[in-house]
Amino acid sequence: MINETYYKRRYVVTAIFLVVILIYVIRLFFMQVVDQSTKQVANSMALLNQTIYPSRGLIYDRNGELLVYNQPIYDITIIVKQIKQNFDTIGFCNILGITREEFEERMADIQNRKKNRSYSQHTPQLFASQLSKEELSPLQESLHRFKGVNIRKRTLRDYTYNSAAQVLGSVGEVSQKNIEADPYYTRGDYSGQSGLEKTYENYLRGEKGVEIILRDNKGRLQGSYMDGQYDKKPISGGNLITTLDIRLQILAEQLLSGKIGSVVAIEPKTGEILALASNPTWDPKLLVGKQRSENYRKLLNDKTKPLMNRASQAQYSPGSTFKTIQALSALQEKVITPRTIYPCSGPSSTPIRCTHHHGSAINLENAIEQSCNPYFWGAYRDLLEKNKDIIQSFNIWREDIKSFGLGERFKESDIGEQSRGSIPSVELYNKLYGVNRWNSRTIRSLSIGQGEILVTPLQLANQAAAIANEGYYITPHLNKTDSFLTKRHDTKIDKQYFACVKQGMRRVMTNGTGRYYQVDSLQMCGKTGTVQNAHGKDHAIFIGFAPLDNPQIAVAVVVENAGFGATWAAPIASLVMEQYLTDTIQRQEIKQRISTTRLNPDVKE
Amino acid sequence: MMFLGWLNIYSTTSHETDLSPWSFQTFSGKQIVWIALAIVSAIVLVLIDHRTYDVVAYLIYGIWIVILLLPPLFTTGVKGSVSWIPIGPFRFQPAEWAKCITALAIAKWMSRYEYRLKGWRDLVVPIIFLIVPAIIISVWEKETGSALVFAAFFLMFYREGMSGYVLLIGAAAVILFILVIRLDVVQLSWGIGNVGIIAAMVLIMFIALYFLLFRLELKKESLILTGIIILTYGISCIINIWIPVNFNIISTITATLSALFTLVLAILYRNRDLAIITLFIVGSVIFSFGCKILFPKLPNHQKQRIEVILGLREDPTGVGYNAKQAGIAIGSGGITGKGFRNGTQTSMKYVPEQHTDFIFTTIGEEWGFMGTFAVLALYVAFILRLIQLSERQKDMFSQIYGYCVVSIFIAHIVINIGMVIGLLPVVGIPLPFYSYGGSSMLGFTMLLFIFLNLDAARVEKL
Repeated sequence: MINETYYKRRYVVTAIFLVVILIYVIRLFFMQVVDQSTKQVANSMALLNQTIYPSRGLIYDRNGELLVYNQPIYDITIIVKQIKQNFDTIGFCNILGITREEFEERMADIQNRKKNRSYSQHTPQLFASQLSKEELSPLQESLHRFKGVNIRKRTLRDYTYNSAAQVLGSVGEVSQKNIEADPYYTRGDYSGQSGLEKTYENYLRGEKGVEIILRDNKGRLQGSYMDGQYDKKPISGGNLITTLDIRLQILAEQLLSGKIGSVVAIEPKTGEILALASNPTWDPKLLVGKQRSENYRKLLNDKTKPLMNRASQAQYSPGSTFKTIQALSALQEKVITPRTIYPCSGPSSTPIRCTHHHGSAINLENAIEQSCNPYFWGAYRDLLEKNKDIIQSFNIWREDIKSFGLGERFKESDIGEQSRGSIPSVELYNKLYGVNRWNSRTIRSLSIGQGEILVTPLQLANQAAAIANEGYYITPHLNKTDSFLTKRHDTKIDKQYFACVKQGMRRVMTNGTGRYYQVDSLQMCGKTGTVQNAHGKDHAIFIGFAPLDNPQIAVAVVVENAGFGATWAAPIASLVMEQYLTDTIQRQEIKQRISTTRLNPDVKE
Repeated sequence: MMFLGWLNIYSTTSHETDLSPWSFQTFSGKQIVWIALAIVSAIVLVLIDHRTYDVVAYLIYGIWIVILLLPPLFTTGVKGSVSWIPIGPFRFQPAEWAKCITALAIAKWMSRYEYRLKGWRDLVVPIIFLIVPAIIISVWEKETGSALVFAAFFLMFYREGMSGYVLLIGAAAVILFILVIRLDVVQLSWGIGNVGIIAAMVLIMFIALYFLLFRLELKKESLILTGIIILTYGISCIINIWIPVNFNIISTITATLSALFTLVLAILYRNRDLAIITLFIVGSVIFSFGCKILFPKLPNHQKQRIEVILGLREDPTGVGYNAKQAGIAIGSGGITGKGFRNGTQTSMKYVPEQHTDFIFTTIGEEWGFMGTFAVLALYVAFILRLIQLSERQKDMFSQIYGYCVVSIFIAHIVINIGMVIGLLPVVGIPLPFYSYGGSSMLGFTMLLFIFLNLDAARVEKL
């Protein structure tokens, strides 16, 4: 061996090298094994999770009529880098029907990073959005001529009928709140914002799929990651069959035109809602696509509040329609019998005057037929004074009334927008008048459905259904296929007491306030109401069902500030019942007259 | 036998070469051409009579110095570097071969019969041999990275007898540089001064004390020096209670006092070692201030690279982009990696210079820690084997050349991987056997196979 003197130095050289490599190994161990953060960073940089949207479920009416479906719309995207060379700008403009200047302006917008933050000249940029098939087809045919121009398909909601806007609801871009509440959503997603679209959002939306795409350092997409091994196919949304009868719904809306009000029709045996109309309303197509936000703002600012679903959200005093269940409660608590008589002195009666000119009611049926105010005041007074303690009596009465579904939302129902209504409580009167400072006379308005009591049209229709069913109702609902919704609720009134009240309601239609609008063969039963209110003319109200023997339909109609219930609400209800039971309208002249009458000048067509 | 063993190691590593630029069809295609060329040239290099290398060493060296001057005349430059000569579709980088040729020349000079490495005078010629191409490459061709590799020859000098203090001084210089630059931004909260310069001065005095006490065993004198240091700092601290004191100046004064003290001792005892300590203190102080003053005057991109490494600058889009992307790519590999060709960061070109200088990131991402560990283990085996082979050479020329090969490989491996994993500044030098590039490939082949030829010739001489 040569150079023996420094032989040992080989170890020093080796050691220096080994120490450095050891440091590197430790460093690599920390980078690759210990530190997990870089893995996420890496994924977010190189992998683009491209969402594939599922098609949203369709909505049908009870007879299989398609109500809501999806229309394809098209976005045109361009890759700026590619259209910079040999692009036939003039041809492109001609096909789209735009001028050269418009094209240049749009291009400038796209390339303006202030307006378009995610701009990259390598990725598709939105050039024009939400074009219909017709607008697009000329371009589609000659797309090959325009390298760098791409078409992106999306879907929007479309509607077969200009009807049921509030019930169906609308689909819109998710809000920040939606995103926070449900991690399923990301910015730019669509979700049901109201009505059935909202209630059945999770069912209708399906499940988004994802395609993982590799993205290079310039943001260019480079094809699928791991041959699509981790991709997920979208799952289409479920179709929804509703309980609505679209022809009945259209008729109801037609009859309401020019008026503010609502019509609710329920099949009593099933609780299925046949029609849930609210006017003013809007064409559901207005809240779709690019014009959605502008139209939404218009509707929101409309002083007639079209966005509100009056059928389930507006609250009114029930007026004389309330007398039907007042009678039932009095019968149940045995303060009256069907043959009980209370005297009536017409308009000079005290403490409540009678608005109708008729002789003293000879029995309960007659009192309902004539809507005799003093009769029901007498019955209510006796009911409250049956026990020494008015509070006890009042609470019994209150429970009877509430058992018809009043004063609370229908909790199991799939109607999203509901108001509670209100059945006054002991606490309320204690607060208003002081403890022991009120008696039956103080709250006498309740006897005829005025005063502190509030109900929604939906609750009124349900009440009519409960009477038709003689003692029970099924939660009113809109989904025809969900058996969980068909929950039976029994009222606190025994079945035996209903026959008499139903007879009374039948006589309203044959001899009483509803007599002008009945179809005898259909055995219509009903009760009109004319409700005083602070906003002008009386509200016209009607509840009813038909036929008497085997009720198929229960209806409630409210027309705000219209006047007599007999004049405005009864004909609407009658026509709705006729349509549903006979599938046609014989009395076209009434239909014509009602639907063309404009009672409220603010209501837009 | 040995030759076969070598071929084995080489083939193991070179086999991975055609795997590594996997995602780059065109590059991997070219690389196969380069590998073929490398194998042919390897055979030629082995077949040439070993004495030829000894004979023509100076001649080739001279020719190569001329060739090194050529590239800037032919090209307009790529990314600031002008080290290429375009030959048809390929670009030839003479700097990659210069290391091998310089190694031959230095080996020849140092293996002259009368040559003995005893003092620094004996190193003058070899240093000139290596510094000429280094300066041409870094200044004329603006390829700092390649020039840096020439510093590796000091490892060989050390093995052949150069004083270990040179390496220590080198290490001390690096530490002082880092201290001064890194801590320069930190201001003293009590009194005036930069922590960087003060720490450097204190470190210098501690080293001086260490040698005084443990190497020269001058107990009394060390005690006096310690006293001087404590006294100056103590007095300054007391004064600082009333008047703010500039501790930069105090530290410099203390260091100067220490130097004066050792100088006096050196003259009194007529001791050469004490004079060296004095020189060390003075040199270090000048070096520290040199760093402080000259660092801001460095070219901007080099300064920024150093600042990023030292953590003085956070810059994910600019200078730090390469290092950051490399870190993400390697880190995302995890323990087992994403699998062959499944690397997202590397195949999507997030890491710049992916197939050349940053090839190690592909290994890190696709093969994970297991992969990087295996590659490092292979390199360790490779280097240890090279050292062993160098040690058993019978003539000086082979041994010195062998150590040149060892040093160059170590420099490449350490600098390249260190830069990729963010421990060293980003300098563009290739990773042996992995990086794409014909010039470097052939350069490494030359280095290695000339040495194998010499090793094979060892048997003849017995």
